[in-house]
Amino acid sequence: MTDETLYSLQKVSKGFVKGKEKITIFDGLDMSIEKGDFLAIMGPSGSGKTTLLNMLGGVDQPTGGEVWFDGSRVDKLSEGNLAKWRANNIGFIFQFYNLMPMLNAAKNVELPLLLTNLNSKQRKKSVEAALELVGLSDRAKHMTNEMSGGQQQRVAIARAIVSDPKLLLCDEPTGDLDRATADEILEMLQLLNREFGKTIVMVTHDPAAAKYAKRTLHLDKGEFVEKDLVA
Amino acid sequence: MTKILSQIWVVIVMNITSIGQRIWMSLAAIFAVAVVVAVLLSFLAMTEGFSKTLEGSGSNTVAIVTRSGSQSELNSVLSRETINIVTTAPGIAKDANGDPIYSPELYVIVDGIKKTSGTEVNLPMRGISSVGFELRDQVSITSGRMFETGKNEIIVGEGVLREFAGFELGTTVRFGKTEWEVVGTFSTGGNAFESELWADAPTLQSQFQRGSSFQTIRVLLETPDDVSGMAEMVENDPRLFLDVVTEADYFAQQGEALNGIVIFGWIISIFMSVGALAGALNTMYTSVANRAGEIATLRAIGFSNTSAFFGTLAESIVLSVIGGFVGAMASYLFMDGLSASTLGASFTQVVFKFELTTDLFINGAFLALGIGLIGGIFPAARAARLPVIVAFRGAN
Repeated sequence: MTDETLYSLQKVSKGFVKGKEKITIFDGLDMSIEKGDFLAIMGPSGSGKTTLLNMLGGVDQPTGGEVWFDGSRVDKLSEGNLAKWRANNIGFIFQFYNLMPMLNAAKNVELPLLLTNLNSKQRKKSVEAALELVGLSDRAKHMTNEMSGGQQQRVAIARAIVSDPKLLLCDEPTGDLDRATADEILEMLQLLNREFGKTIVMVTHDPAAAKYAKRTLHLDKGEFVEKDLVA
Repeated sequence: MTKILSQIWVVIVMNITSIGQRIWMSLAAIFAVAVVVAVLLSFLAMTEGFSKTLEGSGSNTVAIVTRSGSQSELNSVLSRETINIVTTAPGIAKDANGDPIYSPELYVIVDGIKKTSGTEVNLPMRGISSVGFELRDQVSITSGRMFETGKNEIIVGEGVLREFAGFELGTTVRFGKTEWEVVGTFSTGGNAFESELWADAPTLQSQFQRGSSFQTIRVLLETPDDVSGMAEMVENDPRLFLDVVTEADYFAQQGEALNGIVIFGWIISIFMSVGALAGALNTMYTSVANRAGEIATLRAIGFSNTSAFFGTLAESIVLSVIGGFVGAMASYLFMDGLSASTLGASFTQVVFKFELTTDLFINGAFLALGIGLIGGIFPAARAARLPVIVAFRGAN
């Protein structure tokens, strides 16, 4: 682990019991993500990529091993502290956007800022900046259900970046979009990585989407199959 | 702390503003609470109105004398001799001639027909003198004239006119073998006396073969405290076997019979609340299930489970409070001021009006809040425990 390492999974195991059967997803998984990386994780269904993303996002805990984030161990944090850690460090981008339909675009984007010490004026400024970055300044007051899928995903990206997290986790971010819109979203992620130095981990089924990443890891049965790409 | 409050506030606003997405289920919960509150308030308004009618009938400066143990005017009998002795008691106010001010009264039951149901009921008919009028506050002739002594004439209370058929001014009514002409109507400010028919006492004695006996006497006291001196005198006189209480205490005792109805009203309401509670729980569990994706997304972003808990609880309380308000308004519109009659302690009808007071509305509000709290607390706990992973399942 170096100073440039943002995330490090060491001998991580994860399993669960289904009925009388004990199912192992990961058994001694090692992984390292450098700051500024744009990593695509691919793999067939059941390979463990979503579970990996959940663990990286602190919404699921490993049953063994250690997880280190920016020099701090996070696999032992309590539920409350994990929530705070997520608020400070992680931006989520979901396949189905997961926007709040009763809030307009600006209010959706503002949500993570409600967990910070920013006052209302500062929050407004940050929301405007995030919406401008995703090209939706003129749709701030629009309800999200009045928007296209691509626009909704842009709002979701604005929400993910507005609090300036260290890591963006994307779960099939283009899975619900047509090719052209998907390319726009992926270009945007690429821009965030290249110009703003955001570290991005993206789970995807789509090889075309994975090409936008700096590197791709393939998971199969809980193991990375291209060992040369793993630290 | 501010951050937690702002989180809770955001979740509350989101939950409340998305009620429209669960409109039918939410309306069902609101309706259930509204019915429960309306039923409770109707019972309470009835007892409140009845109690006020009785309480308004009694004065502290008028003592009512009945035969000991008779409990109500109907069961009492007083001879002229007894009346002559009692009126020598200390503490009785005197008129300009130095004579005690008292009103011996006759109280008989006659038949009436209830307008709303067409059923036959008992109505009280009181034989009274002009002094009896003076002993009652707020009494006034509202139409026609006063009955004349020695004639089969009656005046009817406004409550009787409102609730029972055949007592309109100018009509002739038949009680047994006797006929009486309605020559006037009177008001006593809405109290129990308005449920009565009044006639000249000696005429009533004659027509109902009561000889010289009466049921009660009312005496005007110099001060309210004089009732104890009078009671003491009656107790110490071996010739007398009487109860003496102020008129206010007499009617208060009659009103206590309604305590059972208050308890019955609460029991019915609590049983119905269980049904409303089931509705509220169902609505809120559905709400949590529908919003699982939203709740989990907020949790993933970093919102605390406390905000999910209070947001859900607030939705339940808001629905219940709306239900309570609707129920209270329905009670107010349909029940407040509604005239009704029921059997009083003398086995005669007492006409009263349902009355909703601020205190009763507060009772309704507490009931609605209770349903909201209990109906929301378990779904809220489920919302707080919802796994964050749900957000990644596209459950939005």
